[in-house]
Amino acid sequence: MDRVVDEAQLRALIPTVIGVLGRRGADFAAAEDAVQEALVEAVRVWPDEPPRDPKGWLVAVAWRRFLDAVRADTSRRRREVRVDDEPAPGPGTEVDDTLQLYFLCAHPSLTPASAVALTLRAVGGLTTRQIAQAYLVPEATMGQRISRAKRTVSGVRFNQPGDVGTVLRVLYLVFNEGYSGDVDLAAEAIRLTRQLAARTEHEEVAGLLALMLLHHARRPARTRPDGSLVPLAEQDRSRWDTRLIAEGVDVLQAALARDRLGEFQAQAAIAALHADARTAAETDWVQIVEWYDELVRLTDSPVVRLNRAVAVGEADGPRAGLAALAGLDPALPRYAAVAAYLHERDGDPATAARLYAEAARAAATLPERDHLTRQAARLNAGLRG
Amino acid sequence: MAKYLLLKHYRGAPAAVNCVPMDQWTPEEVSDHVQYMHDFAARLEGTGEFVDAQGLSPEGTWVRYDGEGRPPVTDGPFAETKDLIAGWMVIDVETYERALELAGELSAAPGAGGQPIHEWLEVRPFLGAPPTITE
Repeated sequence: MDRVVDEAQLRALIPTVIGVLGRRGADFAAAEDAVQEALVEAVRVWPDEPPRDPKGWLVAVAWRRFLDAVRADTSRRRREVRVDDEPAPGPGTEVDDTLQLYFLCAHPSLTPASAVALTLRAVGGLTTRQIAQAYLVPEATMGQRISRAKRTVSGVRFNQPGDVGTVLRVLYLVFNEGYSGDVDLAAEAIRLTRQLAARTEHEEVAGLLALMLLHHARRPARTRPDGSLVPLAEQDRSRWDTRLIAEGVDVLQAALARDRLGEFQAQAAIAALHADARTAAETDWVQIVEWYDELVRLTDSPVVRLNRAVAVGEADGPRAGLAALAGLDPALPRYAAVAAYLHERDGDPATAARLYAEAARAAATLPERDHLTRQAARLNAGLRG
Repeated sequence: MAKYLLLKHYRGAPAAVNCVPMDQWTPEEVSDHVQYMHDFAARLEGTGEFVDAQGLSPEGTWVRYDGEGRPPVTDGPFAETKDLIAGWMVIDVETYERALELAGELSAAPGAGGQPIHEWLEVRPFLGAPPTITE
């Protein structure tokens, strides 16, 4: 009988297997290569011969591949002496290998793009080809990006605790990447964040997971079949995934109850308030403004202040929104789009049309540009009467 | 990471510093130039920043729709067309500053006398895909 390998389940084992090889004496780069080879082998063999112990199978095959590589590489002879064919049992497993791997792959010495690529391969178990397709670059280019990242972290000791904050920034980048090839990067980011949340008590990990779940819940309503964007206020809320929303809200409430607020929890709280409104008109904008005030306090980010101006415009009227906008740098991304929206609500379609056209010229993505151009066209058509 | 197009023009760019036409170079200078471009692309592949490089023939045809059931109308090439694209390189880099740095290096490709051409290249950001989280 032809059985299909559950790829996500298989990939979930990868960090543990890399960790086992590491404790047996393999360096990270070699262990990661060997485990990738074992993974490819598993996808080939398992449908016909499913193993009784998948993890044990992967460890055995990866270890054999590692030894083969060591033997083949004459320049590594010295290490061959150090590594035994039948390894002694490693030290106790108090160290969580998977957690250590997250830290290593998001090491501060890596650029964000390198950390993303290495995390997707070593923690996520994706192939170089899949990662290359997801980011629309040639496979050779992505292969080099990953090799360089491995070299960069080659001197880092595998058992050092790392900074959860850098890991979260990497996972956020994966989730927020708009491209999509065969690999669903948003779903993969959620899987990796879920796996991380199961291993740490950190409330911002929970905050990021909640944020991802709440945004992922809206995905079916966010774009039309032709790829054009549907603004939040116009989305068909019956298409939001209520199961993901419920999970996101649960995760968030448990995190908030610990009273150590961070920026991901605050962002998730805003997303939860949107999710809670049955119609756009029922949105609790007053509370959303309060969360933006928290976010401004936590991040002091101009982008947050810009989004806060939108919320103020909804809570206290467009004049108040424009006043909140007044102190901000017009060079901010999306500034003109926000200003256009507030001016239209303030009853000034001519200014709004001009600003929408300006915003379209400055848009960073094609669907945004098309959306903003349509807004300008709609207002200009009305102005011509 | 963000993708940028480094655009090279046959015509339409401001004059290069070393602007002797390529057919006036020595054959070795032409080979050196081609080698420089190959090496540059190979180096970017090594840094994980290379996406694509293509050259275009200078001779093109203008085409437009001419109505239902009719063959498309063709015209040109027009000698007076101001902007004539010669080719491009697409890079995927961490920052805008890095894109400028690489364009500067590409513009230093050797030309007549083995000296850098100092050719003007146009750096254009790609419109990417929209991020998931915007509010």
